[in-house]
Amino acid sequence: MSRAGTVNAALLAVLIGGAIAAHLAGELFVVTLATKAAIFALAGVGLNFALGYGGLISFGHAAFFGLGGYVTGILASHAMSGEPLTTLPYTMNGTNEMLAIWPMAMLVCGLAALAIGALSLRTSGVYFIMVTLAFAQMIYWFAVGWPRYGGEDGLSFYVRNVFPGVNSMQPLTWFAICTGLLLLALVFTATVMRARFGLALQAARRNPQRTVAVGIRPFGIRLTAFVLSAMITGLAGSLYADLNRFVSPAMLNWHMSGEIMVFVILGGVGRLTGPVAGAMLFVAMEHLLGGVSEYWPALLGLVLLGIVLFAPGGIVGILTGGRRRV
Amino acid sequence: MLIFEQFLNGLQYGMTLFLMAAGLTLVFGVMGLINLAHGSLYMIGAFACAAVAQATGSFWLGVGASLAAAAAAGALIELAVIRRLYHRDHLDQVLATFALILIASEGTRWVFGSFPLYLSLPPSLSGTVSLGGLVYPSFRLAVIGLGLAIAVFLFWLMRGTRLGIRIRAGEADREMIGALGVDIRSLYTVVFALGAGLAGLAGALVGAVQSVQVGMGEPVLILAFVVIVIGGIGSIGGALAGALLVGMTDTLGRALLPAALATIMPQASATAVAASLASMLVYILMAAVLVWRPTGLFGVRG
Repeated sequence: MSRAGTVNAALLAVLIGGAIAAHLAGELFVVTLATKAAIFALAGVGLNFALGYGGLISFGHAAFFGLGGYVTGILASHAMSGEPLTTLPYTMNGTNEMLAIWPMAMLVCGLAALAIGALSLRTSGVYFIMVTLAFAQMIYWFAVGWPRYGGEDGLSFYVRNVFPGVNSMQPLTWFAICTGLLLLALVFTATVMRARFGLALQAARRNPQRTVAVGIRPFGIRLTAFVLSAMITGLAGSLYADLNRFVSPAMLNWHMSGEIMVFVILGGVGRLTGPVAGAMLFVAMEHLLGGVSEYWPALLGLVLLGIVLFAPGGIVGILTGGRRRV
Repeated sequence: MLIFEQFLNGLQYGMTLFLMAAGLTLVFGVMGLINLAHGSLYMIGAFACAAVAQATGSFWLGVGASLAAAAAAGALIELAVIRRLYHRDHLDQVLATFALILIASEGTRWVFGSFPLYLSLPPSLSGTVSLGGLVYPSFRLAVIGLGLAIAVFLFWLMRGTRLGIRIRAGEADREMIGALGVDIRSLYTVVFALGAGLAGLAGALVGAVQSVQVGMGEPVLILAFVVIVIGGIGSIGGALAGALLVGMTDTLGRALLPAALATIMPQASATAVAASLASMLVYILMAAVLVWRPTGLFGVRG
């Protein structure tokens, strides 16, 4: 196994092994922390798809994280109240089946990303960063101002949605569901990045002119990557809503976009398991530093600053000793 | 008359946005740096103003302190952190300055606590002025005047002084002006401190009418981004045009939309829809401008 492969396997082993050990030791809270890390990692895998491999620095992925969350919350709250979502053109009811909610969340995020991406990809560089940020803020303000689903206060739905055959309220089962999706997303990313599409995407990042010269138009490839990236992050948002059984505009806020970016960069941009390492470190720091000082974000800021200035390859970059891949 | 009042409100809002956006666009235009921590400098200015005004009883000293403190903080972070980021890509800049926001916000919370502070205006500015039938707060008029004065000052600085020539030369070709003997490192520190000072001033002015609290810089920061994206990054004129456009759109949208929508739908839902729509309006404006001109109204670079 290559060194990168060993690091990938080791990181996943730490996450999964840690959760199982915590379960056996009866530390259910730690299992939930591991679940949170797996969900954040999934959000990061989504962003890494566009940012790491495609070079599309989206500062607006909270939009998709939050939309996935809101789709989940809205469907679940309608399932609970029994009130149909809409009666036109035909009656559509809410649902509490995760297997129905996930595709719905991903569909909504994909459509949103199609619109946002088609507009944002007209720009590049710093404009792209700011435009994606601004679109996310637009959705954020919409959620804050729209009273139907809680507005600023958010939306609670008391019972976690159901997965056929298992009890999703049981912490280790829920961890297994989230981690299973994370593994699927990792396999998907690895497969796609070795396929023609992924190679073209990475080529367009490294040298757009040459990519165009060999007859590949970057726009469609980038837009596809942006949409797929948003769908993965949206799925993570759906899981995060189920984790907390609560969605609020905070999931859409630009701080969330920054945090998803932090998972990716802390771990290592363009590395397959970079977001996993980053999300694990983030959740661990949030928990440990949060116990040390209520001003823990300042400490997080210092760590981040150190990584950006002195270890631009992130954790996976340090572990594999390889150069940065952007 | 209502429209005229809202027009003035929009103008005043646009001017404070301009103070923020001018620094942001200068720093990006000259150094190619995205500075998310610009909102923190705005917050530092507001806190400096509140602290000094409380200690000395003078609002004017506070305003001076806001400029000085934000410029000093700007120079400090430029020397310590920002200068290592110029040759990095935008991703590193976004992350490092995001980290600076976390540090600045928590640091400020640690010093001043989480409760908002309030500033009181001096008697000369807390009154109202009568403008042909419209009674308007004199502080808001002063903000409009100050914003215009600073716009004129910046145009003069960029066009009519040696420093401005160097800044524009640095924008065009930084190796070349370094080779010609201009100390580019201290030039960058000066530009960054200038932008920081303007942000601090904006913080003090807004803090005087609203409240001074941790996190106050973030909504303004994002609007300032919208402003410079609309105006074209790197252009002071673009920042002014963008700021006025955003200020007007937002203010007039909030004032006029509820009534406009009430004519086509029931009152209750019109209020809700209008509130949502009004806060999205500036982003819709930005999207429209970008579809039309992807590098902003006055932008040249991509």
